[in-house]
Amino acid sequence: MGYPHPPHAKESVVLSKHFGDAGARTYAGWVERGGYEGLKKALGMTPDALIEEVKASGLRGRGGAGFPTGLKWSFMPKNDGKPHYLCCNADESEPGTFKDREIMRWTPHALIEGCAVACHAIGAETCYIYIRGEFTEPYKIMEAAVADAYKNGAVGANAMGSGKRIDIVLHRGAGAYICGEETALMNSIEGKRGNPRIKPPFPAAAGLFGMPTTINNVETLAAVPHILMRGAAWYKGLCLSNPKSTGTKLWSVCGHVMKPGNFEVTMGFPMKDLIYELAGGMRPGRTLKAVIPGGSSVPLMNREEAESALCDYEGVVEKGSMLGSAGFIVMDDSADIVYEVYRLAKFYAHESCAQCTQCREGTAWTTKILERMLHGQGKPEDLDLLLDLSDNMTGKTICVLSDSCAAPIVSGIKKFRGEFDAYLARAKGPAVAV
Amino acid sequence: MSAAQGAAPTEAPHEPVFAGKPRERLEALFPKYPTKQACLLPALWIVQEERGWISPAAMAEVATVLGLTPAYVRGVVTFYTMYHTHPVGRHFIQVCTTSPCHLCGSDDVVKALLKETGCGELGTTSADGRFTVIEVECLGACGFATPILVDNDFIESVTPERVPGILAGYR
Repeated sequence: MGYPHPPHAKESVVLSKHFGDAGARTYAGWVERGGYEGLKKALGMTPDALIEEVKASGLRGRGGAGFPTGLKWSFMPKNDGKPHYLCCNADESEPGTFKDREIMRWTPHALIEGCAVACHAIGAETCYIYIRGEFTEPYKIMEAAVADAYKNGAVGANAMGSGKRIDIVLHRGAGAYICGEETALMNSIEGKRGNPRIKPPFPAAAGLFGMPTTINNVETLAAVPHILMRGAAWYKGLCLSNPKSTGTKLWSVCGHVMKPGNFEVTMGFPMKDLIYELAGGMRPGRTLKAVIPGGSSVPLMNREEAESALCDYEGVVEKGSMLGSAGFIVMDDSADIVYEVYRLAKFYAHESCAQCTQCREGTAWTTKILERMLHGQGKPEDLDLLLDLSDNMTGKTICVLSDSCAAPIVSGIKKFRGEFDAYLARAKGPAVAV
Repeated sequence: MSAAQGAAPTEAPHEPVFAGKPRERLEALFPKYPTKQACLLPALWIVQEERGWISPAAMAEVATVLGLTPAYVRGVVTFYTMYHTHPVGRHFIQVCTTSPCHLCGSDDVVKALLKETGCGELGTTSADGRFTVIEVECLGACGFATPILVDNDFIESVTPERVPGILAGYR
């Protein structure tokens, strides 16, 4: 449901069914609501059958990249004699995104169950759930739920009486957006600075502690038990548009809307309805100007693009952006695009791990250039300079943080050039310093 | 914003952190990871919870108990923004000002916090030592703008009007 709002008739409630229901937080409460049946079923299946089922469902990663989950699991080596690890990425830090937080706050056992199923599928005995340091409340709730799951034998040395060992370990981050990047997250668990690693080797070959590792997002793992209980065909059938995008998805909607919150809809849902009906539309007297649909790391969409887009992986790409983590930042006509683009650049400059020159220098300098424009000291050549820097920041670094900084800059200039030009026209003359 | 600046680190002799209960907490971590190094982030959290910040002497102690070097530990501490390398106010307030919160008026929340705490400026500690306010990047609760984190209390939908009432709970 559209937590914190009552469910909307157009929502398809699967993952968010128990949001707002504190009774679902305990082991007993979760079992009462049908929980842990999926895990029981999974432990009776072979890992291969489990992977095939998830592949058939069409489930794709909900963290941002949209990689098919079953296929990712199938990359794990078999019978290699090495310990395998599962990492759950609960480092939700993408501006505009706040869905994993609600999953952990309201349905912690859904995540634990999903983690345990995935452990069985990939032959792992240990799952590390990496929760960002700022999520104090979700951490506390998860901590209590993990203890509860151990106490009731759902996980531990003999998970659900299957004879299989499945350990769930919570690992608290300490304030670094970059640790949401999969290999940075692994370094962080290993007790290192959160610098992303060069790939290959990919995590399935050499991940956490150098061992075969799979990493999945919270929402992805929470969906898995539902797929097992209701079948891959049911999940695949949850599709309103492109058959490559299946299931339900939580959309975090924030910014200038009347009812910000998380809304769960079937893939392919019209973006217009999501903004104007589920999220309550614009404030009185205001009109939609722009949407950043994938968390902040994707190109801006203008009003026409947003109102005609369909909410799935392909639908958002078709309208010039990307689905990402599905965190919607909505801006009405009162928003200053130049300032918002500057604020995002400042975010990326702060969060750059500083390994790659293009990112360390690029995020810092684009921020400074945008700042001088805002202060009336922009130079006529600044837009070209920003685009040139952005080009150097795209596709040339170890991870995509600098690409993410460039996306709103390039799309902002392309789609709202008038606002940038207006700042330049008002400029008080050449800047002496930035 | 970088980590909050406070008074210069004191040179008082270092009382070991990892004795008694904190030691037990540390040793309970070891079986959870295949290496001792992996216990570094949780060990640093224990230090910060016990002492309020992580001093160079505490970093050296962590290095000893985990078989690392003090320089390595310092490198990790300074990478993560939530570890304090200086003492901070008794209540540490982090306010989100990233785009979604900015759109919803986080600048006014910052102003109200700075005024009501007496901090005056971001990153400084109030004269009574009670509060430090810093601006942080996305707290991950954009639908509940503006969220603030006071110590470990996550408070949603903060408006300038709510600030005095919230702070009253920490006086």
